[in-house]
Amino acid sequence: MIEGVKISGSLRNRLTVSLIGGAAVLALLMYFIVRAYATQIAQQGQDNILGASVNSILDAANVSEGFIDVDFPYASFSMLGTDTDDRVFYAIYQDDELLSGYDGLAQIFPEVDKGSAYGNTTFKGAPVRLASASRMLVGADLRVQLTVTVAQTQDSLLGALNRIGRNVAIFGAGFFLLVVILAFWATSTAIGPLAQLTTSVARRGPQDLSPVASPVPREMAPLVFSLNKLMARLEYSLSRSEDFIAEAAHRVRTPLATVRSHAEATLLRVDKEENRQAMRSMIRAIDESSRAAGQLLDHAMITFRADNLDQKNIDLVELVQDLAMRLSPIAEMRDIELQLDALGPVSVIGDAILLQNAIRNLVDNALKYAPSESIVRLVVATTPKPSISVVDEGAGFPVGEINLLPDRFARGSNSGGIIGSGLGLTIAQEVAEAHGGGLTLNNHSRGGACVTFSF
Amino acid sequence: MKFLLIEDNYELANAICARMRSDGHVVDHADKIFDAIEYSQIGEYDLILLDVMLPDGDGREFLKHHRARNRSTPVIVLTARSQVSDRISLLDLGADDYVTKPFDHAELEARCRAALRRNSGTSQSITVLADVAFDPVAGSLKVGDSTIKLRNKELRIFELLINAPQQIFSKQKLFDRLFSYDDDVSENAIEVYIGRLRKHLVGSQLSISTHRSLGYRLDHD
Amino acid sequence: MRYIFFLILTFLVQPVLAEEWEDQQFFGSATSQKTLRILSNTDTRFFAPIIESFLKSQPSVSVKYLVTGSAELYDIFRTSPEDFDVVISSAMDLQFKLVNDGYALALGDLEHPDWAQWRESLFAFSTEPATIVINREAFEGVPTPSSRQDLIKALRQRPETFQGRVGTYDVRHSGLGYFFATQDARASETYWRLTEVFGSLGVRLYCCSGDMIDDLVSGKIAVAYNVLGSYALGREDAQSQIKVILPSNFPTKMMRSAFVSTNTRLPDVAGTFIKHLTGIQADISKAATFPLPPLDRTVEPAISLDPALMTYLDRLKRRTFIQEWESAIIQ
Repeated sequence: MIEGVKISGSLRNRLTVSLIGGAAVLALLMYFIVRAYATQIAQQGQDNILGASVNSILDAANVSEGFIDVDFPYASFSMLGTDTDDRVFYAIYQDDELLSGYDGLAQIFPEVDKGSAYGNTTFKGAPVRLASASRMLVGADLRVQLTVTVAQTQDSLLGALNRIGRNVAIFGAGFFLLVVILAFWATSTAIGPLAQLTTSVARRGPQDLSPVASPVPREMAPLVFSLNKLMARLEYSLSRSEDFIAEAAHRVRTPLATVRSHAEATLLRVDKEENRQAMRSMIRAIDESSRAAGQLLDHAMITFRADNLDQKNIDLVELVQDLAMRLSPIAEMRDIELQLDALGPVSVIGDAILLQNAIRNLVDNALKYAPSESIVRLVVATTPKPSISVVDEGAGFPVGEINLLPDRFARGSNSGGIIGSGLGLTIAQEVAEAHGGGLTLNNHSRGGACVTFSF
Repeated sequence: MKFLLIEDNYELANAICARMRSDGHVVDHADKIFDAIEYSQIGEYDLILLDVMLPDGDGREFLKHHRARNRSTPVIVLTARSQVSDRISLLDLGADDYVTKPFDHAELEARCRAALRRNSGTSQSITVLADVAFDPVAGSLKVGDSTIKLRNKELRIFELLINAPQQIFSKQKLFDRLFSYDDDVSENAIEVYIGRLRKHLVGSQLSISTHRSLGYRLDHD
Repeated sequence: MRYIFFLILTFLVQPVLAEEWEDQQFFGSATSQKTLRILSNTDTRFFAPIIESFLKSQPSVSVKYLVTGSAELYDIFRTSPEDFDVVISSAMDLQFKLVNDGYALALGDLEHPDWAQWRESLFAFSTEPATIVINREAFEGVPTPSSRQDLIKALRQRPETFQGRVGTYDVRHSGLGYFFATQDARASETYWRLTEVFGSLGVRLYCCSGDMIDDLVSGKIAVAYNVLGSYALGREDAQSQIKVILPSNFPTKMMRSAFVSTNTRLPDVAGTFIKHLTGIQADISKAATFPLPPLDRTVEPAISLDPALMTYLDRLKRRTFIQEWESAIIQ
């Protein structure tokens, strides 16, 4: 079905891969974006609590009797409890001096009275999140900057992020799977019109070069347009070829006809035996060449048509009847009677033109080789398979050559002076084979040849 | 019989006319459709021979014209095209039969005979000589009350003889007229047919005489 | 004799500062290669059954049990954490801080209620309230107080009976005492009033529950406040002389806790010990054989293991509290 066509890649694969690739990229992107967003939100959550803790401590600071007192409530630290029991560190600085808390906790120098600043650092071997705020405390004879920093490990945060990450990954994977299925479906839908076009073009008869009429998607329009133009060019060139062949035939045959007619006339006027023989052989030569040309043209036509049979319902009996009528003057000339044996209509599916051509060749043969005043029978049968047999009462096929005769240009050893080009049986066999059947040659038990064309 | 030949090729036309006239027929020749239409309207022809490729148009035009005027004269087309589709369309247009060029005169003759037979049941051209009525179309010989159906070869020989009763026809001449150029027969087959004709003519005023080394002649007793 | 011998041995062996242990005992075979060093503030008699039952299943292991006060315990451990494998204390805040500061090893496969452990490293294994313990004689014929309010009233009514005869922890020196006091003060205002009353009665300050109970039994003091109930009840011989009262509102409950030091040389043995300990303490049926009260699993504790425990360890807050306490108690 697609022999001789070079295949490079596949539209379906391209589409599917692009869709799936795109979806994969999107899914990955979505995963990272969601993770980043989730991190931001979660971090904000932790920061809010740390900020509240810092502020609660800062708010509890006051100056009394020249001393700083930071009597922060129980809640300042209890609000820092997490489900993963994160560790907590803090430091309270008066200007640069550590008032209480952990020494060595990184400082991030928030702006005074401007709210909390946040940062990340490491403390006691663990990564921690810091919140820090600063306040100016003014007393009677005291003016100090109080900075409070609260830090917390991030196990809970990371745990939450991992959970979110896992869920997003699962949703992403599920989504991706859905897209894969969708990709296959979408690809099939997109490729659909191509398959439809293929079917409609493939279903055309052998002579059908008409433009594609059915509507196609916009993207396929240029292709179909080019296809139609190609077919139009083909049709044009084919008809030109046909015209050329016909023209050539006419130009060759008309002079030949002239020569033949004159030769025939001349033959009747000459008396000398050698002149007679010369004229006779001249006429024979003309007949042979014109018959050869005709058969070659037919054979070419048949070879082409055999690949694209025009399949229609045909009644074999009707076909043979028409043929018999057409050939009856010839048969009459030789006093041969054409007899049709058939019981009723015999229906087959085939190419009428090819069949006519093939059977005509067989009957022509029979009329040539049958003796004068004999009967040539045309038998149309249905069992075991539909078939047409041409039976004559001539000499029959030379034994031993029977299988070679259908070969091109093979003439039997009994062909003697009979004019023919040898293509008759070849043509008939090729047509039979094109219809899924065959040609069989037999010698009749009562003498004479029998050629059976079966389906 | 009276024929109308429509053919633009002069060489070929001459050859055909010569042959047909030597067979004893009357032939008119037109080389254009226009003339052909005129002739066919005026003259009463038994048969029209039409070449499809003509200088002022396709021979099919003549066919259409001819049939449109309900002319029943049979038309045999001479064509160089052998495509089956062409042949079929010719028959569809109203041609009775066709021969492809180059053609065998004997075949043309046979087809004419068949076309004429189809066209009219009773022949319009029966030749009567003495007490013998010869219908060349039906191919029958009426001797007295009996009608004999002649074989093809017998018929053709007799046609020649009866159209030129005083003429002597040599065996060769008869042979050349009768047998196809690839027939594997000897000239002595003529003797067989002459013999048969003689049998048919028994009891009539006609007979065929043999003239040694000259040929045969139809004699009127 | 053997006791003294081991004491001297321990002194010679310990390459640490010459601190004095309240108690130290060696359990198990002397030839054992694996000695689990337990630093604790719980009296040995409370822990001995637990250790002995542990060694039954671990014959190749021996245990060195060292007892000191909760505050000292904290300092000793911070100074040389590599010297100990397991740390047990009743001072929840100090234990919490040690674990928060990274001194504890996480034990992965220990089944324990969420609220009774922190970071899978600190494990609470008992629930012990702070109680009021009275000398029965002192309250003969008078109704026994059942709340702090009642106690204040009772003290105010008969100041002459109670002058110089009330006792409580010196929060400056006792880790557990400080813990109980701060939690008490957080829970209700009554604590400060009570403290003032104590001050006006010339309260005696103690470092440990044991001493307080001794003086209570002997009659030297009539009321001991914020005493570990378990200790009092543990003194079976003294049950006729003393009575343990649980304050009806906001009893301060402490959970004794244990952790494994990150520097331990015997992580598996230590882990197994903790498992064993929490296992016993979870089983109420064993209450008869094991003197330590079990972990109360029926309610979640009022004082939970969370970072807020570090609040009162803050230098500033501690200073402020102690100042206030001193001004209330020392008059």
